[in-house]
Order: sequence, then structure tokens, then C-alpha cells
Amino acid sequence: MNISPAKVFFASFLVQNILLMRYIGLCPFFGVSTRISTSFGMGLAVIFVMLLATLITYPIYHFFLLPLNLEFLRTASFILVIASLVQFVEMFLKKSYRQLYNALGIYLPLITTNCAILGTTFLVIDYRFHLLNTIIFAFGTGLGFMLVIILFAAIREKLDYAPISNSFKGYPIAFIAASLVSLAFLGFANLFGASL
Amino acid sequence: MIIISILLLGTLGLLMATLLTIAHKKLAVSLDEKVALLMKVLPCANCGACGYAGCENYAEAIVKGEAEPNCCPVGGREVAEKIGEILGIKVETKEKVVAVLTCQGGIEECKERFIYDGHLDCKEANIIHQGMKACLFGCLGLGTCVLVCPFNAIKMDEKKKLPIIDEDKCTGCGICVKECPKGVLKLIPKTKLVYLACVSPDKGREVREVCKVGCFACGICVKACPYDALKMENNLPIMDFEKCIDCGICYQKCPTKSYVDKVKKRPYALIDTTCNGCGECVKVCQFKAIEGKIGERHRVIIEKCVGCGECFRVCPIRAITMVGALGYTYKEV
Repeated sequence: MNISPAKVFFASFLVQNILLMRYIGLCPFFGVSTRISTSFGMGLAVIFVMLLATLITYPIYHFFLLPLNLEFLRTASFILVIASLVQFVEMFLKKSYRQLYNALGIYLPLITTNCAILGTTFLVIDYRFHLLNTIIFAFGTGLGFMLVIILFAAIREKLDYAPISNSFKGYPIAFIAASLVSLAFLGFANLFGASL
Repeated sequence: MIIISILLLGTLGLLMATLLTIAHKKLAVSLDEKVALLMKVLPCANCGACGYAGCENYAEAIVKGEAEPNCCPVGGREVAEKIGEILGIKVETKEKVVAVLTCQGGIEECKERFIYDGHLDCKEANIIHQGMKACLFGCLGLGTCVLVCPFNAIKMDEKKKLPIIDEDKCTGCGICVKECPKGVLKLIPKTKLVYLACVSPDKGREVREVCKVGCFACGICVKACPYDALKMENNLPIMDFEKCIDCGICYQKCPTKSYVDKVKKRPYALIDTTCNGCGECVKVCQFKAIEGKIGERHRVIIEKCVGCGECFRVCPIRAITMVGALGYTYKEV
């Protein structure tokens, strides 16, 4: 599919935001969004792993699975490759870049086979992007993830102080808040004509 | 088709397994055996109270000899001793401390000067005219300490708008003390039972205008203290923890109850039949709770007795016992 990289970026970043429009990756979205600082670390880790995962699965799909007519193996093989690769990167960071490991370390194993990561790798294939668009899509999606999780963490920090009735405390009100943020993101629909 | 897919997945798996195995060998961080052992002993809460980023960094520093083994306030004595065992050295343990709130000016006692409508964070509120409380030194009660406590030991008393510290959960890491913009949280030894809960250095009249429970430096406690443990400095009685024996007289004498006595129910004194009526106890009792003629058995007026234990300590023939002192032992002098 030939589509301009700018459109791909805005589509993945805002218009079809992975958390609020596609509703993929809700587990870290609700699990790690209680504090802004942790959600920032999580966002960085997601951008990193997302880029890495799409970069490694792109050749696997196009050079192995597609020519051999083995598209149905993509779930199994992608999970295998992504998980072991993230594991490898974690070891590498631990050895070589200790500071970076301390910052990202605890989030990396959390998102090895996260549905947002796997979903992105499938989406780029379903949209039939070429390599440049794939990279931009992955980066935009990761950035969108980070933006939304930080925004949402800010909301949840405020929610802690709000007088909420007992039955709504915790996750229920968080889900309601998430749906409202999602509605707000509908305002980005067709921004710069970017939709996939 | 089946064979190809098996082959492909198998090869992929094999490749990745080899990669990880090689990486495990080549990239293995030479984690010191001692560090691994220490990690098992340390609490692994990564609170940073020791001054290092996390427990692992602290363990590394101990093994390198850069850090003392007794810096972990969370684990306290037990952990320090275990660390000592691993390293084969003797460890001097630090006294276990807990955080206490040294302000009792809740919303009732200390009114607000203006309505603060901003972000519910003490630090931010403190920027605006030093917060909305009438007392410029008092607790703002917006709960920054509740948020920062890594052990969930602090919760907010919503009626009073003052934090309550759960002493069983508090590990004395001191994070709340660092984060509190007003400095009303302090670390004191866990065994310490009586302390002053006011930090206002203002003059008496100014304090009395803004707070019902603030210390207005009347000096009654300083005079009343039988152990010379209090000294008036900057309109506040400063307590010498070495001299103080937690008798609680200052708490009882304080007209505004600016002190906190952690002993919920103090026992009362009882004079038995061996009393020879020397009258020593009458002299030391600051609450006029003992009566009796010289040479006859004295009697304690239970309603007046506050359980400070002064008579118990001075009685030359040990004719006085403290009744109902469950779980509380009187300190000898």
C-alpha cells in the first residue's frame, strides 16, 4: 500500500491510537498508569520494543513466511522471535548499559509478548507497508502509546483525590475515564486526512 | 507444507535458543556470589533509604566495602546481622526509627486562611503563600507523604486532614521526611513514646491566634520535667532523647496538649502495706495524687494519678507498684 509516511505517522500516533482507538494493549495501560514516572518508563520501553519487534518480524514475514506460503505461522514465529529477542536485549543492556537497564529493565520483560507489540507487527503486515512506513508506523504507535499512558496516568493521579463512591473506586472509574479520553481522541478523526 | 512449517519453526526456535544460550554465557554479568546472597537477605523494596538507587546497588556497595552493612533502615537489626553473617563481620546496628507527625493542627484546630483550589499536593500548595493553613509551619494535610510512602504506611485522616502513620508498617526509610515541604514529619527512635508535636517557632500569642493545639512556649513542661530533658529554644521546648525517660509529665502538664503520648493508657500507682509514710512520693508527685500523713500508709487518688511513675521510682522501700502496666515497662533512672 503506497501511502505517505506523514499520514502513516499521524494515523498511528493520534487518529488510530493503539490504546484509545484500537483498544489493544489495555493490560499495561491500566496496570502501569498509576504514576506518571512509571508510565513514562513504560512508554519508552514500548517504543523501543515496538521498533525492534517490527524490524525483526518484517524480514521474517517477507523473506520466509510469504514465499513459503506459511502465513498462518506468523503468530507462533513472531512470538518466539520477539520474546527471545527482548530477552537478549535485556541481557545486553544489563551487561553494557547499566543506567539504561535500571531505567527500562523492569518494564522489558513485561512487554515481551504484549498484545500491543504483537498487534503492531500484524498490522504493518495487514496494511502491506514497505519498510520505511513500517518503521514509521511502529515509532508512531509507540509514541502514541507513551502519550496516552502518560496523559492517563495524570488523570489517574487526580482520580486518587476525587470523591468517588466506593463501588466505582479503582478500576471501574479508571475504565470510565479511559472511555472518556477515548471519546476525546475521536476529535482527531481524519486529522490531515490520515487514516488507514 | 507440514514438514516445511515444522522445519521453519524448529530452525527459528533453535536459532533463538542458541542466541540466548551464547548471550547467557557471554553477556553474563559477573554477579558476585556475595551480592546474590545479600539480595536474598535485603528487603528488595528498592526504597532507596540507604542512599543507593536500589537494593542491588546497595548490596554491590557493601561487597565493595563502600557502604556500611547497617544502612538499611527497613530491615533494621535483623538484616544487618544477617549481612554481617554473610560477610563474616560484626555489625553495629542502628536504632530502629519511625516517622512521626509533629503537628496536630487539623482542620478544626488550625483554620485555613484561604480556600486552596489547586492541585492536591503539599509541595505545590506550599508555594502559594506557604500554604492555606493559618499556621505557616503546620501540616497542610494534602497527602504528599501518603503518595510517596513506598510501604503504604501513611493514610489520611479525612476528617482532621492529617496523615496517620502506621507504626507497624513504617520502616523508617525517611522518604516522607524528605518530601514533606513543611518538615513536620520527623524520624524518632521507635522506643520513644513522648514527643512534642508542634514545630512553630512563632511567639506565644501568634501561635495561640492560629492554632488551638500549638505550643505557645509557656515553659510549663520545661519546669515540670524532673529529668532536665527539655530546653526552650526558639519558642519551642527541645527534647533531649538521652535524658527523657518517657514519663509523660510534659504531656500531662501541657495546657494545649501539644505533646503526643504514644502510651494509650498509662497505669496508675498503688501503695501497698509496707509503706512507712516517709513522704518522698508526695514530694515528687506533680499532680497531687498522693495523700497521707507522715508515718502512716499513704494513699493514691486514682482519678488524679496520670501514671508518670515518679513515685514508683523514688520510693526507697519499693512499696509502690504500677497497676495495669500491660505491655509497658517503667524505665528506671
